[in-house]
Amino acid sequence: MNSFARAWDSDIAYSFRRSPVAILATLVSLAIILPAIFAPLLAPYDPFNPASLNLMDGFTPPGEPNAFTGNVFLLGTDNQGRDILSAILYGARISLFVGFSAVLFGMVLGITLGLLAGWRGGWVDSLLMRIADVQMSFPSILIALLIFGVARGFIPQDMREELAIWVLIVSIGLSEWVPFARVVRGSTMVEKNKEYVQAARVIGVHPARIVSTHILPNVLGPVLVIATIHLALAIIAEATLSFLGVGVPPTQPSLGTLIRIGQGFLFSGEWWILLFPAVTLLALALSVNLLGDWLRDALNPRLR
Amino acid sequence: MSEALIRVENLWRRFDVSKPWLNRVIEREERQFLTAVADVNFEIRKGETFALVGESGSGKSTIAKMVVGLIPASSGRILFDGTPMTGTVGADMRAIRRRFQMIFQDPFASLNPRWHVGDIIAEPIHTFGLASGADAANQVGKLLDTVGLSAKDAEKYPHEFSGGQRQRIAIARALSSRPEFIVCDEPTSALDVSVQAQILNLMRDLQDELGLTYLFISHDLSVVRHMANRIGVLYLGRLVEVSEGKSLFRQPQHPYTRMLLDAVPDLAMSGRRRKPVEGEIPNPINPPSGCAFHPRCPVAMDRCKVEAPKDRDTPIGRAACFALEMQPA
Repeated sequence: MNSFARAWDSDIAYSFRRSPVAILATLVSLAIILPAIFAPLLAPYDPFNPASLNLMDGFTPPGEPNAFTGNVFLLGTDNQGRDILSAILYGARISLFVGFSAVLFGMVLGITLGLLAGWRGGWVDSLLMRIADVQMSFPSILIALLIFGVARGFIPQDMREELAIWVLIVSIGLSEWVPFARVVRGSTMVEKNKEYVQAARVIGVHPARIVSTHILPNVLGPVLVIATIHLALAIIAEATLSFLGVGVPPTQPSLGTLIRIGQGFLFSGEWWILLFPAVTLLALALSVNLLGDWLRDALNPRLR
Repeated sequence: MSEALIRVENLWRRFDVSKPWLNRVIEREERQFLTAVADVNFEIRKGETFALVGESGSGKSTIAKMVVGLIPASSGRILFDGTPMTGTVGADMRAIRRRFQMIFQDPFASLNPRWHVGDIIAEPIHTFGLASGADAANQVGKLLDTVGLSAKDAEKYPHEFSGGQRQRIAIARALSSRPEFIVCDEPTSALDVSVQAQILNLMRDLQDELGLTYLFISHDLSVVRHMANRIGVLYLGRLVEVSEGKSLFRQPQHPYTRMLLDAVPDLAMSGRRRKPVEGEIPNPINPPSGCAFHPRCPVAMDRCKVEAPKDRDTPIGRAACFALEMQPA
């Protein structure tokens, strides 16, 4: 049996094929993620190039020709004549990049600290888990705001713009390491007392090697589920920060930035500037979240 | 029987079972210690199987873990071929570690579920740098053959095997560093009775073939009778009797040993009335005064409540009981 046939026959693939929600969520996610990745090839305009913008195109309603220029934009334009469709494609790209990177950063940090706390126990464990408790008692968006603000204070003025996206990734990542660390810590404490770990200790395998080769592969299962659910949270966190005006710089608008721009025109009748980015964000966050829920249930042996 | 490979001298192990510091301060409690192993002395001679038997909580597994260095002793010494296990570090310790191995109770927990069987068995080979590449794979194949599996099984995962087969894999891993001494912590108690005999016979064959020395931990007296040259009986962390294997079953010396043997189920249906072991093992945090066995002992005297008996020689070994001093040896 080749590897594709084996994957097709696995429990998880079976559960996937039986779940319409999971299939639909995958299709919706892919319908947003793939165009976002290939935005430079697909987008009809370059929304970040000021030279290509024509202010006369501003406020063109979706699908109708502009009153002055006669240009047609599928999803309309914003106040500066930017094509909303192109802006959404590029914006989703930034949202997804920040979301993935932040989850990756938070995951690596959380797994490392969780392994450390679970393996060492004692005061290391107490210290890390009390820090986690304190952090969990604040909303994570507040933590991200705080870290973002403090980090900006340390960065010289002229580098802020180009570093902003990395600062954002680190802030969101730092605000979301706790669930990873807690789950990994718990599993590590279970695994480290199992006899296969003792067998490695009897022959004197170095602790760092035991943790990385024996324990790590056995605690990663639940981490995958948390990572998927937190991807949706990270995308929303990025959108929230950008909506509040502290996220990515205005020259690189993410979905959150577009929504902020759009909500200024909602009551003057230009609804499309807000609606289309908001629907994209909603569809993306919802489908990733549903995928995470499905994955959690599919990997839970008690629900099979 | 030649000289001692393992010598255990005045071995103690106390576990701190106190509540957290804050609770102790608030509830005004003292620190609490559980004495799992108290002043145990024995030696294991080269090429023999030394068995430790006892009820749950008697400290069998704790001794096994201390012998292989998984947990440190509170006091006392363990000498491996004359070298103390504590205080030896670096290359010397590596050299000693290569010479002993352990087989665990639960073959479902003792093999890493994410590793190929071949990698599991090769781990000691790689750790001690005994071989690498194709040479190591070759050795793994031979080991699998030795324990009655196929060399092709190296590519499979542990979950593809039954309990007995997994225990064979664990034995192959234990053999891979070519050790002289193997600690077996209840190696058959998680297996079906029909498979137990196969594993035990495999272990005996390997012992004859490779000249292995076993420390065999078990609560199953019939298994011990099959395997052991000499038997140590543990009660509440104290070694109450050490005797030659066959003789122990014929003429147990210590009253606790007698009690254990009386409780063994009798498949021959000889009509012998089984006497259940009376009472339960006392709380090791607060052990009885004097001889730890006196609350359950049928022949206890007043002296047993105050004074702890010392080891004395018996016709078949040694035992710690005042009643034995009364009768002529």
